Amino acid sequence: MFWTAVYIVVLAAFTGYVVISRVPVILHTPLMSGSNFIHGIVLIGAMVALGLATTTAEQIIGFIAVILGAANVTGGYVITERILQMFDPGKKRPGKED
Amino acid sequence: MVDLSFLIDPVYIATIIIFIVGLQRMSHPLTARSGIIWAGAAMLIATLVTFLTPDLTNFALIAIAIVIGGGLGYIAAKRVAMTDMPQMVAIYNGMGGGAAAGIAAVHLLGTTTTVTSSLAVIGGLIGAVSFSGSMIAFLKLQGWMRPRPITFPAQQVINMAVLILAVISGVLVLLQPSWIPISYTALLSLFFLLSLGFGVLMTLPIGGADMPVVISMFNAFTGLAVGLDGFSFATPNYAMVVAGIIVGAAGTLLTIMMARAMNRSITNILFGAFGATEETGTEIHGSMKPVDADDVAIMLAYANQAIIVPGYGMAVAQAQQKVKELADLLESKNIPVKFAIHPVAGRMPGHMNVLLAEAGISYDQLFDRDEINPEFPDTDVVLVIGANDVVNPAAHRQGSPLYGMPILDVEKAKNVIVLKRGQGKGFAGIENDLFYRDNTRMLYGDAKETIGTVVQALKKL
Repeated sequence: MFWTAVYIVVLAAFTGYVVISRVPVILHTPLMSGSNFIHGIVLIGAMVALGLATTTAEQIIGFIAVILGAANVTGGYVITERILQMFDPGKKRPGKED
Repeated sequence: MVDLSFLIDPVYIATIIIFIVGLQRMSHPLTARSGIIWAGAAMLIATLVTFLTPDLTNFALIAIAIVIGGGLGYIAAKRVAMTDMPQMVAIYNGMGGGAAAGIAAVHLLGTTTTVTSSLAVIGGLIGAVSFSGSMIAFLKLQGWMRPRPITFPAQQVINMAVLILAVISGVLVLLQPSWIPISYTALLSLFFLLSLGFGVLMTLPIGGADMPVVISMFNAFTGLAVGLDGFSFATPNYAMVVAGIIVGAAGTLLTIMMARAMNRSITNILFGAFGATEETGTEIHGSMKPVDADDVAIMLAYANQAIIVPGYGMAVAQAQQKVKELADLLESKNIPVKFAIHPVAGRMPGHMNVLLAEAGISYDQLFDRDEINPEFPDTDVVLVIGANDVVNPAAHRQGSPLYGMPILDVEKAKNVIVLKRGQGKGFAGIENDLFYRDNTRMLYGDAKETIGTVVQALKKL
Protein backbone atom coordinates (compact mmCIF):
# COMPACT_ATOMS: atom_id res chain seq x y z
CA MET A 1 0.00 0.00 0.00
CA PHE A 2 2.70 2.46 1.03
CA TRP A 3 4.86 1.80 -2.01
CA THR A 4 1.86 1.88 -4.35
CA ALA A 5 1.17 5.36 -3.05
CA VAL A 6 4.79 6.39 -3.61
CA TYR A 7 4.74 5.07 -7.20
CA ILE A 8 1.58 7.05 -7.93
CA VAL A 9 2.87 10.28 -6.38
CA VAL A 10 6.23 10.10 -8.15
CA LEU A 11 4.69 9.39 -11.55
CA ALA A 12 2.03 12.10 -11.11
CA ALA A 13 4.66 14.65 -10.09
CA PHE A 14 6.78 13.72 -13.10
CA THR A 15 3.76 14.10 -15.39
CA GLY A 16 3.01 17.56 -14.00
CA TYR A 17 6.62 18.57 -14.50
CA VAL A 18 6.80 17.34 -18.11
CA VAL A 19 3.48 18.86 -19.16
CA ILE A 20 4.46 22.33 -17.97
CA SER A 21 8.10 22.52 -19.04
CA ARG A 22 8.90 24.60 -22.13
CA VAL A 23 5.77 26.72 -21.97
CA PRO A 24 5.92 30.20 -23.55
CA VAL A 25 5.64 33.10 -21.09
CA ILE A 26 2.33 34.26 -22.58
CA LEU A 27 0.72 31.02 -21.46
CA HIS A 28 1.87 31.22 -17.83
CA THR A 29 -1.29 32.99 -16.72
CA PRO A 30 -3.76 30.70 -18.54
CA LEU A 31 -1.85 27.66 -17.29
CA MET A 32 -1.88 28.89 -13.72
CA SER A 33 -5.60 29.46 -14.08
CA GLY A 34 -6.05 26.09 -15.79
CA SER A 35 -4.21 24.17 -13.10
CA ASN A 36 -6.22 26.17 -10.56
CA PHE A 37 -9.30 24.64 -12.21
CA ILE A 38 -7.80 21.13 -12.22
CA HIS A 39 -7.33 21.09 -8.45
CA GLY A 40 -11.05 21.80 -8.30
CA ILE A 41 -11.20 17.99 -8.32
CA VAL A 42 -11.19 18.59 -4.56
CA LEU A 43 -14.96 18.90 -5.09
CA ILE A 44 -15.41 15.14 -5.46
CA GLY A 45 -13.51 14.59 -2.21
CA ALA A 46 -15.65 17.16 -0.45
CA MET A 47 -18.79 15.43 -1.80
CA VAL A 48 -17.65 12.08 -0.40
CA ALA A 49 -16.66 13.70 2.92
CA LEU A 50 -20.11 15.29 3.24
CA GLY A 51 -21.86 12.17 1.93
CA LEU A 52 -20.26 9.98 4.58
CA ALA A 53 -20.51 12.55 7.40
CA THR A 54 -22.49 11.45 10.44
CA THR A 55 -22.24 14.13 13.13
CA THR A 56 -23.57 17.67 12.72
CA ALA A 57 -20.08 19.16 12.98
CA GLU A 58 -18.86 16.94 10.15
CA GLN A 59 -21.90 17.84 8.06
CA ILE A 60 -21.40 21.58 8.52
CA ILE A 61 -17.71 21.44 7.63
CA GLY A 62 -18.41 19.06 4.73
CA PHE A 63 -21.17 21.37 3.47
CA ILE A 64 -18.79 24.36 3.47
CA ALA A 65 -16.11 22.26 1.80
CA VAL A 66 -18.49 21.32 -1.04
CA ILE A 67 -19.48 24.97 -1.52
CA LEU A 68 -15.82 26.02 -1.68
CA GLY A 69 -14.88 23.13 -3.98
CA ALA A 70 -17.80 23.83 -6.35
CA ALA A 71 -16.85 27.53 -6.51
CA ASN A 72 -13.25 26.50 -7.28
CA VAL A 73 -14.52 24.37 -10.19
CA THR A 74 -16.95 26.78 -11.85
CA GLY A 75 -14.95 29.93 -11.14
CA GLY A 76 -11.69 28.32 -12.24
CA TYR A 77 -13.29 27.08 -15.44
CA VAL A 78 -14.92 30.37 -16.41
CA ILE A 79 -11.80 32.44 -15.69
CA THR A 80 -9.58 30.09 -17.71
CA GLU A 81 -12.10 29.94 -20.55
CA ARG A 82 -12.31 33.75 -20.67
CA ILE A 83 -8.54 34.14 -20.72
CA LEU A 84 -8.11 31.48 -23.41
CA GLN A 85 -10.86 32.95 -25.60
CA MET A 86 -8.27 35.57 -26.53
CA PHE A 87 -6.06 32.85 -27.96
CA ASP A 88 -8.73 31.38 -30.19
CA PRO A 89 -7.06 30.70 -33.55
CA GLY A 90 -10.43 31.30 -35.26
CA LYS A 91 -10.24 34.95 -34.25
CA LYS A 92 -7.99 36.19 -37.07
CA ARG A 93 -7.13 39.84 -37.26
CA PRO A 94 -7.71 41.78 -40.47
CA GLY A 95 -4.72 42.31 -42.72
CA LYS A 96 -2.31 40.16 -40.74
CA GLU A 97 -1.03 36.69 -41.41
CA ASP A 98 -0.62 34.67 -38.25
CA MET B 1 -31.40 0.87 -7.12
CA VAL B 2 -28.84 -0.75 -9.40
CA ASP B 3 -25.34 -0.54 -8.04
CA LEU B 4 -23.39 1.43 -10.60
CA SER B 5 -20.40 2.14 -8.37
CA PHE B 6 -18.21 -0.04 -10.65
CA LEU B 7 -18.29 2.97 -13.02
CA ILE B 8 -16.41 5.21 -10.59
CA ASP B 9 -12.84 4.02 -11.14
CA PRO B 10 -12.93 3.84 -14.96
CA VAL B 11 -14.47 7.31 -15.10
CA TYR B 12 -11.89 8.71 -12.65
CA ILE B 13 -9.04 7.23 -14.72
CA ALA B 14 -10.51 8.72 -17.89
CA THR B 15 -10.83 12.05 -16.07
CA ILE B 16 -7.15 12.02 -15.13
CA ILE B 17 -6.08 11.24 -18.70
CA ILE B 18 -8.25 14.04 -20.08
CA PHE B 19 -6.86 16.45 -17.44
CA ILE B 20 -3.32 15.64 -18.58
CA VAL B 21 -4.22 16.01 -22.26
CA GLY B 22 -6.08 19.23 -21.41
CA LEU B 23 -3.05 20.69 -19.59
CA GLN B 24 -0.83 19.67 -22.49
CA ARG B 25 -3.14 21.41 -24.97
CA MET B 26 -3.19 24.48 -22.69
CA SER B 27 0.61 24.68 -23.10
CA HIS B 28 0.35 25.62 -26.79
CA PRO B 29 -1.34 28.82 -27.97
CA LEU B 30 -3.24 27.21 -30.83
CA THR B 31 -4.80 24.36 -28.86
CA ALA B 32 -5.08 26.15 -25.52
CA ARG B 33 -8.78 26.83 -25.65
CA SER B 34 -9.79 23.26 -26.46
CA GLY B 35 -7.70 22.12 -23.48
CA ILE B 36 -9.88 23.79 -20.87
CA ILE B 37 -13.07 22.60 -22.58
CA TRP B 38 -11.86 18.99 -22.44
CA ALA B 39 -10.85 19.35 -18.81
CA GLY B 40 -14.21 20.93 -18.00
CA ALA B 41 -16.14 18.04 -19.54
CA ALA B 42 -14.02 15.53 -17.60
CA MET B 43 -14.66 17.41 -14.34
CA LEU B 44 -18.41 17.37 -14.95
CA ILE B 45 -18.50 13.61 -15.54
CA ALA B 46 -16.27 12.94 -12.53
CA THR B 47 -18.62 15.01 -10.35
CA LEU B 48 -21.70 13.14 -11.59
CA VAL B 49 -20.18 9.69 -11.14
CA THR B 50 -19.16 10.59 -7.56
CA PHE B 51 -22.86 10.49 -6.62
CA LEU B 52 -22.65 6.72 -7.21
CA THR B 53 -20.15 6.30 -4.32
CA PRO B 54 -21.36 3.42 -2.09
CA ASP B 55 -23.04 4.33 1.24
CA LEU B 56 -23.27 7.99 0.25
CA THR B 57 -25.97 9.94 2.12
CA ASN B 58 -26.84 13.64 2.52
CA PHE B 59 -27.58 13.83 -1.22
CA ALA B 60 -29.78 16.91 -0.78
CA LEU B 61 -27.10 18.73 1.19
CA ILE B 62 -24.47 17.89 -1.45
CA ALA B 63 -26.70 19.10 -4.28
CA ILE B 64 -27.60 22.33 -2.46
CA ALA B 65 -23.95 23.05 -1.65
CA ILE B 66 -22.91 22.46 -5.28
CA VAL B 67 -25.64 24.78 -6.55
CA ILE B 68 -24.71 27.53 -4.06
CA GLY B 69 -20.92 27.29 -4.54
CA GLY B 70 -21.00 26.55 -8.24
CA GLY B 71 -23.56 29.26 -8.92
CA LEU B 72 -21.71 31.98 -6.99
CA GLY B 73 -18.39 30.97 -8.52
CA TYR B 74 -19.87 31.01 -12.01
CA ILE B 75 -21.63 34.37 -11.70
CA ALA B 76 -18.67 36.13 -10.08
CA ALA B 77 -16.26 34.80 -12.71
CA LYS B 78 -18.55 35.84 -15.57
CA ARG B 79 -19.08 39.37 -14.25
CA VAL B 80 -15.55 40.30 -13.28
CA ALA B 81 -13.55 42.50 -15.67
CA MET B 82 -10.52 41.04 -17.46
CA THR B 83 -8.29 43.35 -15.41
CA ASP B 84 -9.39 41.66 -12.20
CA MET B 85 -8.49 38.14 -13.35
CA PRO B 86 -5.38 37.79 -11.12
CA GLN B 87 -7.28 38.28 -7.89
CA MET B 88 -10.04 35.96 -9.10
CA VAL B 89 -7.48 33.20 -9.64
CA ALA B 90 -6.28 33.93 -6.11
CA ILE B 91 -9.73 33.70 -4.55
CA TYR B 92 -10.78 30.49 -6.35
CA ASN B 93 -7.45 28.93 -5.50
CA GLY B 94 -8.03 29.85 -1.86
CA MET B 95 -11.45 28.20 -1.99
CA GLY B 96 -9.86 24.99 -3.29
CA GLY B 97 -7.41 25.15 -0.39
CA GLY B 98 -10.29 25.75 2.02
CA ALA B 99 -12.15 22.73 0.65
CA ALA B 100 -9.01 20.61 1.09
CA ALA B 101 -8.68 21.83 4.70
CA GLY B 102 -12.38 21.05 5.25
CA ILE B 103 -11.99 17.48 3.98
CA ALA B 104 -9.03 17.00 6.32
CA ALA B 105 -11.07 18.38 9.21
CA VAL B 106 -14.00 16.01 8.53
CA HIS B 107 -11.57 13.10 8.36
CA LEU B 108 -9.82 14.05 11.60
CA LEU B 109 -13.15 14.52 13.41
CA GLY B 110 -14.37 11.12 12.30
CA THR B 111 -11.59 8.58 12.62
CA THR B 112 -8.99 7.51 15.10
CA THR B 113 -5.27 7.71 14.48
CA THR B 114 -3.98 5.91 11.42
CA VAL B 115 -1.28 6.54 8.85
CA THR B 116 -3.86 8.27 6.67
CA SER B 117 -4.61 10.73 9.48
CA SER B 118 -1.07 12.03 9.35
CA LEU B 119 -1.56 12.74 5.64
CA ALA B 120 -4.83 14.49 6.51
CA VAL B 121 -2.97 16.64 9.04
CA ILE B 122 -0.34 17.66 6.47
CA GLY B 123 -3.01 18.21 3.80
CA GLY B 124 -5.09 20.22 6.27
CA LEU B 125 -2.14 22.42 7.22
CA ILE B 126 -1.16 23.15 3.62
CA GLY B 127 -4.78 23.64 2.55
CA ALA B 128 -5.46 26.07 5.40
CA VAL B 129 -2.28 28.06 4.65
CA SER B 130 -3.25 28.23 0.98
CA PHE B 131 -6.78 29.36 1.91
CA SER B 132 -5.86 32.24 4.22
CA GLY B 133 -2.78 33.23 2.21
CA SER B 134 -4.77 33.41 -1.03
CA MET B 135 -7.42 35.54 0.67
CA ILE B 136 -4.75 38.06 1.74
CA ALA B 137 -3.39 38.01 -1.83
CA PHE B 138 -6.92 38.65 -3.09
CA LEU B 139 -7.45 41.57 -0.67
CA LYS B 140 -4.14 43.14 -1.67
CA LEU B 141 -4.75 42.81 -5.42
CA GLN B 142 -8.33 44.01 -5.10
CA GLY B 143 -7.04 47.07 -3.27
CA TRP B 144 -9.13 46.32 -0.16
CA MET B 145 -5.86 46.08 1.69
CA ARG B 146 -2.65 48.11 1.34
CA PRO B 147 -0.65 46.32 -1.37
CA ARG B 148 2.68 47.44 0.12
CA PRO B 149 4.49 44.86 2.27
CA ILE B 150 3.33 44.92 5.88
CA THR B 151 6.27 44.44 8.22
CA PHE B 152 6.75 44.48 11.97
CA PRO B 153 9.70 43.77 14.28
CA ALA B 154 10.83 40.13 14.62
CA GLN B 155 8.39 39.21 11.85
CA GLN B 156 10.29 36.17 10.58
CA VAL B 157 10.77 34.87 14.12
CA ILE B 158 7.07 35.25 14.92
CA ASN B 159 6.02 33.66 11.61
CA MET B 160 8.34 30.74 12.19
CA ALA B 161 7.06 30.33 15.76
CA VAL B 162 3.45 30.19 14.54
CA LEU B 163 4.38 27.58 11.94
CA ILE B 164 6.21 25.47 14.51
CA LEU B 165 3.24 25.72 16.92
CA ALA B 166 0.91 24.67 14.09
CA VAL B 167 3.10 21.64 13.37
CA ILE B 168 3.29 20.74 17.09
CA SER B 169 -0.48 20.97 17.49
CA GLY B 170 -0.83 18.83 14.35
CA VAL B 171 1.40 16.17 15.88
CA LEU B 172 -0.64 16.33 19.11
CA VAL B 173 -3.84 15.88 17.06
CA LEU B 174 -2.33 12.64 15.78
CA LEU B 175 -0.94 11.35 19.08
CA GLN B 176 -3.80 12.52 21.31
CA PRO B 177 -1.70 12.19 24.48
CA SER B 178 -3.65 11.93 27.75
CA TRP B 179 -1.77 14.80 29.43
CA ILE B 180 -3.29 17.38 27.07
CA PRO B 181 -5.54 19.64 29.18
CA ILE B 182 -7.88 20.57 26.30
CA SER B 183 -10.41 18.45 24.44
CA TYR B 184 -9.62 16.85 21.07
CA THR B 185 -12.03 19.20 19.26
CA ALA B 186 -10.38 22.22 20.87
CA LEU B 187 -6.95 20.91 19.90
CA LEU B 188 -8.10 20.35 16.32
CA SER B 189 -9.54 23.88 16.17
CA LEU B 190 -6.28 25.27 17.54
CA PHE B 191 -4.36 23.38 14.85
CA PHE B 192 -6.46 24.87 12.05
CA LEU B 193 -6.41 28.37 13.58
CA LEU B 194 -2.60 28.30 13.79
CA SER B 195 -2.38 27.05 10.19
CA LEU B 196 -4.72 29.78 8.95
CA GLY B 197 -2.77 32.33 10.98
CA PHE B 198 0.50 31.26 9.39
CA GLY B 199 -1.02 31.69 5.90
CA VAL B 200 -1.99 35.28 6.76
CA LEU B 201 1.35 36.08 8.40
CA MET B 202 3.50 34.73 5.57
CA THR B 203 1.56 36.74 2.94
CA LEU B 204 1.52 40.09 4.80
CA PRO B 205 5.16 41.02 4.08
CA ILE B 206 4.85 40.25 0.36
CA GLY B 207 4.34 43.27 -1.87
CA GLY B 208 1.70 43.53 -4.55
CA ALA B 209 4.18 43.30 -7.42
CA ASP B 210 5.23 39.82 -6.29
CA MET B 211 1.67 38.53 -5.90
CA PRO B 212 1.53 36.57 -9.18
CA VAL B 213 4.43 34.41 -8.05
CA VAL B 214 2.85 33.95 -4.65
CA ILE B 215 -0.55 33.04 -6.13
CA SER B 216 1.19 30.48 -8.31
CA MET B 217 2.89 29.08 -5.20
CA PHE B 218 -0.40 28.83 -3.30
CA ASN B 219 -1.84 27.15 -6.40
CA ALA B 220 0.83 24.48 -6.07
CA PHE B 221 0.08 24.28 -2.31
CA THR B 222 -3.61 23.64 -2.95
CA GLY B 223 -2.73 20.94 -5.48
CA LEU B 224 -0.47 19.25 -2.96
CA ALA B 225 -3.11 19.49 -0.21
CA VAL B 226 -5.74 17.97 -2.52
CA GLY B 227 -3.35 15.16 -3.45
CA LEU B 228 -2.58 14.32 0.20
CA ASP B 229 -6.28 14.52 1.13
CA GLY B 230 -6.99 11.94 -1.55
CA PHE B 231 -5.19 9.38 0.61
CA SER B 232 -7.22 10.21 3.72
CA PHE B 233 -10.35 8.34 2.61
CA ALA B 234 -11.04 4.75 3.63
CA THR B 235 -10.67 3.88 -0.04
CA PRO B 236 -8.05 6.29 -1.42
CA ASN B 237 -9.46 8.70 -3.99
CA TYR B 238 -6.80 8.35 -6.67
CA ALA B 239 -8.41 10.94 -8.96
CA MET B 240 -7.72 13.52 -6.25
CA VAL B 241 -4.25 12.13 -5.58
CA VAL B 242 -3.08 12.20 -9.19
CA ALA B 243 -4.74 15.48 -10.23
CA GLY B 244 -3.59 17.16 -7.02
CA ILE B 245 0.01 16.01 -7.29
CA ILE B 246 0.13 16.99 -10.99
CA VAL B 247 -0.98 20.51 -10.07
CA GLY B 248 1.46 20.52 -7.16
CA ALA B 249 4.39 19.68 -9.42
CA ALA B 250 3.29 21.82 -12.38
CA GLY B 251 2.49 24.73 -10.07
CA THR B 252 5.90 24.51 -8.41
CA LEU B 253 7.64 24.58 -11.78
CA LEU B 254 5.45 27.47 -12.95
CA THR B 255 6.30 29.40 -9.76
CA ILE B 256 10.02 28.92 -10.37
CA MET B 257 9.68 30.01 -14.01
CA MET B 258 7.77 33.15 -13.00
CA ALA B 259 10.32 34.05 -10.35
CA ARG B 260 13.09 33.52 -12.90
CA ALA B 261 11.35 35.89 -15.32
CA MET B 262 11.67 38.55 -12.61
CA ASN B 263 15.24 37.52 -11.84
CA ARG B 264 14.33 36.89 -8.22
CA SER B 265 14.62 33.84 -6.05
CA ILE B 266 11.59 32.36 -4.31
CA THR B 267 13.17 32.94 -0.89
CA ASN B 268 13.81 36.59 -1.75
CA ILE B 269 10.16 37.00 -2.72
CA LEU B 270 8.87 35.26 0.40
CA PHE B 271 11.18 36.76 2.97
CA GLY B 272 12.60 39.85 1.28
CA ALA B 273 9.67 42.20 2.13
CA PHE B 274 10.42 43.64 -1.30
CA GLY B 275 9.74 47.35 -1.57
CA ALA B 276 9.11 47.83 2.14
CA THR B 277 12.16 49.96 2.63
CA GLU B 278 13.10 53.05 0.69
CA GLU B 279 16.60 52.99 -0.66
CA THR B 280 18.75 55.69 0.86
CA GLY B 281 21.65 57.74 -0.40
CA THR B 282 20.45 58.19 -3.97
CA GLU B 283 19.06 61.50 -5.05
CA ILE B 284 16.97 62.03 -8.10
CA HIS B 285 17.89 65.10 -10.08
CA GLY B 286 15.68 67.10 -12.38
CA SER B 287 11.93 67.42 -12.43
CA MET B 288 8.97 65.80 -14.09
CA LYS B 289 8.20 67.65 -17.31
CA PRO B 290 4.59 67.57 -18.47
CA VAL B 291 3.62 67.57 -22.12
CA ASP B 292 0.24 67.90 -23.84
CA ALA B 293 -1.44 65.57 -26.29
CA ASP B 294 -0.91 67.81 -29.35
CA ASP B 295 2.85 67.76 -28.88
CA VAL B 296 2.80 63.98 -28.47
CA ALA B 297 0.84 63.68 -31.72
CA ILE B 298 3.44 65.77 -33.57
CA MET B 299 6.33 63.77 -32.13
CA LEU B 300 4.63 60.54 -33.20
CA ALA B 301 3.77 61.83 -36.67
CA TYR B 302 7.45 62.46 -37.45
CA ALA B 303 8.89 59.42 -35.68
CA ASN B 304 10.91 56.72 -37.47
CA GLN B 305 9.22 54.15 -35.30
CA ALA B 306 7.16 54.05 -32.13
CA ILE B 307 7.41 51.48 -29.37
CA ILE B 308 4.52 51.13 -26.95
CA VAL B 309 5.21 49.77 -23.47
CA PRO B 310 1.96 48.78 -21.80
CA GLY B 311 1.59 48.21 -18.09
CA TYR B 312 -1.04 47.75 -15.44
CA GLY B 313 -2.21 51.36 -15.89
CA MET B 314 -3.40 50.49 -19.39
CA ALA B 315 -5.41 47.62 -17.96
CA VAL B 316 -6.96 49.79 -15.25
CA ALA B 317 -7.94 52.50 -17.72
CA GLN B 318 -9.27 49.84 -20.14
CA ALA B 319 -7.27 51.72 -22.76
CA GLN B 320 -6.33 48.75 -24.97
CA GLN B 321 -8.93 49.57 -27.66
CA LYS B 322 -7.70 53.16 -27.91
CA VAL B 323 -4.13 51.88 -28.05
CA LYS B 324 -5.10 49.66 -30.97
CA GLU B 325 -6.72 52.66 -32.69
CA LEU B 326 -3.55 54.70 -32.21
CA ALA B 327 -1.36 51.87 -33.51
CA ASP B 328 -3.54 51.42 -36.60
CA LEU B 329 -3.49 55.16 -37.30
CA LEU B 330 0.31 55.31 -37.05
CA GLU B 331 0.70 52.25 -39.28
CA SER B 332 -1.55 53.91 -41.86
CA LYS B 333 0.92 56.83 -41.81
CA ASN B 334 3.74 54.31 -42.41
CA ILE B 335 5.16 54.63 -38.93
CA PRO B 336 6.01 51.15 -37.62
CA VAL B 337 4.55 50.40 -34.19
CA LYS B 338 5.97 47.74 -31.91
CA PHE B 339 4.79 46.62 -28.50
CA ALA B 340 7.39 45.86 -25.86
CA ILE B 341 6.04 43.29 -23.44
CA HIS B 342 7.84 42.80 -20.16
CA PRO B 343 7.19 39.29 -18.84
CA VAL B 344 5.80 40.60 -15.58
CA ALA B 345 4.08 43.77 -16.81
CA GLY B 346 0.65 44.01 -15.28
CA ARG B 347 -0.30 41.78 -12.42
CA MET B 348 0.46 38.42 -14.01
CA PRO B 349 2.87 37.07 -16.60
CA GLY B 350 1.19 37.34 -19.97
CA HIS B 351 -1.40 39.81 -18.62
CA MET B 352 -0.56 42.39 -21.32
CA ASN B 353 -0.56 39.81 -24.12
CA VAL B 354 -4.08 38.81 -23.15
CA LEU B 355 -5.39 42.37 -23.05
CA LEU B 356 -3.74 43.38 -26.34
CA ALA B 357 -5.00 40.21 -28.00
CA GLU B 358 -8.46 41.10 -26.73
CA ALA B 359 -8.16 44.47 -28.47
CA GLY B 360 -7.21 42.68 -31.71
CA ILE B 361 -3.51 43.56 -31.82
CA SER B 362 -1.57 40.96 -33.78
CA TYR B 363 0.95 38.74 -32.02
CA ASP B 364 3.65 39.63 -34.55
CA GLN B 365 3.59 43.20 -33.21
CA LEU B 366 4.42 42.02 -29.70
CA PHE B 367 8.07 41.69 -28.73
CA ASP B 368 9.57 40.44 -25.53
CA ARG B 369 12.29 42.11 -23.54
CA ASP B 370 15.33 40.54 -25.16
CA GLU B 371 14.02 41.12 -28.69
CA ILE B 372 13.13 44.77 -28.22
CA ASN B 373 15.85 46.10 -25.88
CA PRO B 374 18.47 46.61 -28.66
CA GLU B 375 15.95 48.71 -30.60
CA PHE B 376 15.35 51.44 -28.02
CA PRO B 377 18.46 53.55 -28.83
CA ASP B 378 17.31 53.88 -32.47
CA THR B 379 13.70 54.66 -31.67
CA ASP B 380 12.33 58.20 -31.81
CA VAL B 381 9.33 57.81 -29.54
CA VAL B 382 8.51 55.35 -26.79
CA LEU B 383 5.06 55.52 -25.23
CA VAL B 384 4.98 54.09 -21.71
CA ILE B 385 1.32 53.47 -20.92
CA GLY B 386 0.81 52.90 -17.24
CA ALA B 387 3.99 50.85 -16.77
CA ASN B 388 6.38 51.81 -14.00
CA ASP B 389 8.57 49.27 -12.23
CA VAL B 390 9.37 47.33 -15.43
CA VAL B 391 10.95 50.46 -16.97
CA ASN B 392 12.65 51.75 -13.82
CA PRO B 393 16.39 52.27 -14.49
CA ALA B 394 16.97 51.83 -10.74
CA ALA B 395 17.15 48.13 -11.60
CA HIS B 396 20.63 48.79 -13.00
CA ARG B 397 21.81 50.50 -9.79
CA GLN B 398 23.37 48.49 -7.02
CA GLY B 399 21.62 48.98 -3.69
CA SER B 400 18.21 49.59 -5.17
CA PRO B 401 15.54 47.13 -4.08
CA LEU B 402 14.89 46.57 -7.80
CA TYR B 403 18.56 45.86 -8.52
CA GLY B 404 19.04 42.95 -10.89
CA MET B 405 15.51 42.82 -12.25
CA PRO B 406 15.70 42.75 -16.05
CA ILE B 407 13.89 45.83 -17.36
CA LEU B 408 12.93 47.39 -20.66
CA ASP B 409 15.67 49.93 -21.40
CA VAL B 410 13.29 52.67 -22.53
CA GLU B 411 15.50 55.41 -21.09
CA LYS B 412 17.84 54.87 -24.05
CA ALA B 413 15.20 56.00 -26.55
CA LYS B 414 15.34 59.49 -28.02
CA ASN B 415 12.01 60.53 -26.54
CA VAL B 416 10.03 58.83 -23.83
CA ILE B 417 6.41 59.78 -23.21
CA VAL B 418 5.02 58.43 -19.95
CA LEU B 419 1.25 58.25 -19.69
CA LYS B 420 0.32 58.28 -16.05
CA ARG B 421 -2.64 59.17 -13.91
CA GLY B 422 -0.69 61.11 -11.32
CA GLN B 423 2.72 61.44 -9.77
CA GLY B 424 2.48 58.31 -7.62
CA LYS B 425 4.94 55.48 -7.40
CA GLY B 426 4.69 52.04 -8.99
CA PHE B 427 3.30 48.94 -7.36
CA ALA B 428 6.65 48.14 -5.82
CA GLY B 429 6.54 51.59 -4.20
CA ILE B 430 9.89 52.70 -5.55
CA GLU B 431 10.60 56.14 -7.02
CA ASN B 432 11.24 55.99 -10.77
CA ASP B 433 13.98 58.33 -11.97
CA LEU B 434 13.06 57.63 -15.59
CA PHE B 435 10.31 60.21 -15.06
CA TYR B 436 12.91 62.87 -14.26
CA ARG B 437 15.18 62.25 -17.25
CA ASP B 438 15.75 65.00 -19.82
CA ASN B 439 14.33 62.87 -22.65
CA THR B 440 11.16 62.02 -20.71
CA ARG B 441 7.87 63.89 -20.87
CA MET B 442 4.85 63.16 -18.72
CA LEU B 443 1.34 63.02 -20.19
CA TYR B 444 -0.97 63.03 -17.18
CA GLY B 445 -4.51 61.77 -17.14
CA ASP B 446 -6.62 58.69 -17.67
CA ALA B 447 -4.82 56.67 -20.37
CA LYS B 448 -8.00 55.97 -22.33
CA GLU B 449 -8.85 59.68 -22.55
CA THR B 450 -5.33 60.94 -23.23
CA ILE B 451 -4.74 58.40 -25.99
CA GLY B 452 -8.11 59.39 -27.46
CA THR B 453 -6.96 63.02 -27.51
CA VAL B 454 -3.66 62.04 -29.14
CA VAL B 455 -5.57 60.10 -31.81
CA GLN B 456 -7.80 63.13 -32.52
CA ALA B 457 -4.76 65.42 -32.74
CA LEU B 458 -2.99 62.96 -35.07
CA LYS B 459 -5.99 62.83 -37.39
CA LYS B 460 -5.93 66.64 -37.75
CA LEU B 461 -2.26 66.67 -38.79
